[in-house]
Parts: sequence; structure tokens; C-alpha cells
Amino acid sequence: MTISTPRVGVITFPGSLDDRDALRAVETMGGEGVALWHADHDLRGVDAVVLPGGFSYGDYLRCGAIAGHAPILDDVRSFAERGGPVLGICNGFQILCEAGLLPGALIRNASLRFVCVDVFCRVETSQTPVTSELVAGEVVQIPVKHGEGQYVATAEQLRRIEDEGLVVFRYVEAGGDVSESANPNGSVDNIAGVCNGAGNVVGLMPHPEHAVDPDVGPTGGQPLFASLLTSALAGASA
Amino acid sequence: MRCTFEVLVTLKPGLADPQGKAVEASLPAIGFSNVSDVHVGRHVRLDVEAPTEGEARDQVEEIARRLLSNPVIEDFRVLEPAEAEGPA
Repeated sequence: MTISTPRVGVITFPGSLDDRDALRAVETMGGEGVALWHADHDLRGVDAVVLPGGFSYGDYLRCGAIAGHAPILDDVRSFAERGGPVLGICNGFQILCEAGLLPGALIRNASLRFVCVDVFCRVETSQTPVTSELVAGEVVQIPVKHGEGQYVATAEQLRRIEDEGLVVFRYVEAGGDVSESANPNGSVDNIAGVCNGAGNVVGLMPHPEHAVDPDVGPTGGQPLFASLLTSALAGASA
Repeated sequence: MRCTFEVLVTLKPGLADPQGKAVEASLPAIGFSNVSDVHVGRHVRLDVEAPTEGEARDQVEEIARRLLSNPVIEDFRVLEPAEAEGPA
């Protein structure tokens, strides 16, 4: 009997930038990274899917708008409906919102400036594939780097997101307190990441894939990828 | 028949409009200090081949709703068509 290695697919869109870092993070944390292509209708039997950061299709029209209708999104949608773990990072988060797989939208930072900084994120729920090995209230340090990361939602969506506990991460001070100064982009309620109603689709603006190697900065991304691999394995053996 | 449509996409009121702000901030430099409330939207022009203008318009409405705009943050308006019976 062999111990199976969770296989995590990372979709490359034209203009993706962080696909290789995401694959590398998966491998660093002990998983098998599987490169996926936006124009294919094939998830290659992976156990989890990551939509990486970057500027898919040049971010023409709106960030993530064109990618949200890419061929492989049909397969991601079916995979998500079957309960498969899906993680969208930065541009990937924007794509999932544009595809209607996550509520809300991401607009230009309130400062109108691109931000590139390490932020602190408080885990709001452990009931998702990327937070299952964390405890609500824990704070992880992860970098953000984006110009359009201000999370917004309609009043109705926001009520549902907060009432049903769909906020996965909030920008906080190092000690865990929500504050305006801890919010890098003006996101409503300091929201850094959300999930869908079922909890298996998660999007966040910070980049956990850039935070797994202690040689190059904070390692707050490690528990997210560790959780994702555990969830992927659970799905694979289910 | 082929119909030409134009769609205007604008940010919902109250949302940050950095392009509008940047344009507004640059106007005093060219001598206009009396301008405020500048907003920048998106203009999309498209030709649609359909049996009737009504059907073409319905398609444009759907295109605008599903791709050209994001209902969470944007409003859109389909302008009246300037019918173009151009060569195929």
C-alpha cells in the first residue's frame, strides 16, 4: 500500500504570474503540483484546484472578467459543485468573483495606489479547505501585492456573507484587532478572503504561495497550503 | 440584418472612481478649475447579425449583463442603434 500524495492543479491563464510559485508552494508543502491550462476542458483528475495571481488576459474589461469565462472554468464549476476544494489567490479571487463562484467583487484600492506589503490576516473560520488546520482567531502574516484588491459587495450579499460566516480572512493588526490602518486596500469590513456557501471555494487577496519559504519572508502561507493538501487528500480518498 | 450598438458601462454611484479623480485633478493644469464630479466609464461598440433589431438588442443586453458589466459594481445602458447595413 502506498501513501498517496495529494495532487493540486494550478491553472495558467494568459497573463498569470504566480502559477509557478503556487506549484512550488504545493511541492514545498509535500503535494504534487499539476499544471493546468485555461483553454483545456481537463482538470487532469486533481484533488484540488488553485487559480493563481497575475493579470489574466491583461485584466482587460475588468480584473478576472475574461478569465471568468475561460473554457476550464466550466470544469472548475463542476468540480466545485461536487465539493472539490478550490482556492483563488489575488487575480484568482477576482476570477472566482467574476465567474459567480464567490460573492462580491474587487475594485481599485481606496488609496488608488498599488500596495506591496506583508499584512496580518485573522482566520475567521476553520471550516474551509485552506483553514482546516488553523483555529478561528489565529493570525497569519502573508504578503499582498495588488492595485485592485478592495473587496466590495452589495448590501444584500454583505449581510449574507457576515450572517452566514463566509468571511474567511480579515486584515488585522499583528495582535488580531481589526483597524483601518491594518486594511491595505479599503476592503469593506476589512475582508481579505471569503468562501462560498458550501465553504469549499475560497478566494483571498493575500498571497500564501509567496509565504511558505522562511528564506524569503514570512511563512504564514504554510498552514493554508498544509490545510489545502489535507483537504485534497480527504477528497481523494473519499 | 446587421445592427451596430453602443453600450455604456459606468461605476455604480458611491464607488471609488480613480480614473475620474485623476482626470479631475489634472484639469486645473489646463485652466479648468470649475469642474467637479468627473467620472470615467467604458464605451463598447459592437455589430450584431440577427433576424430583427429587437433580437439583436436582446442579445446585446445579455452580453452587457453577463460580460461587459459586473452587476455588483457597475451599471450599463445600451444606446439606441445606428443601423448599419454594411457589407458582410
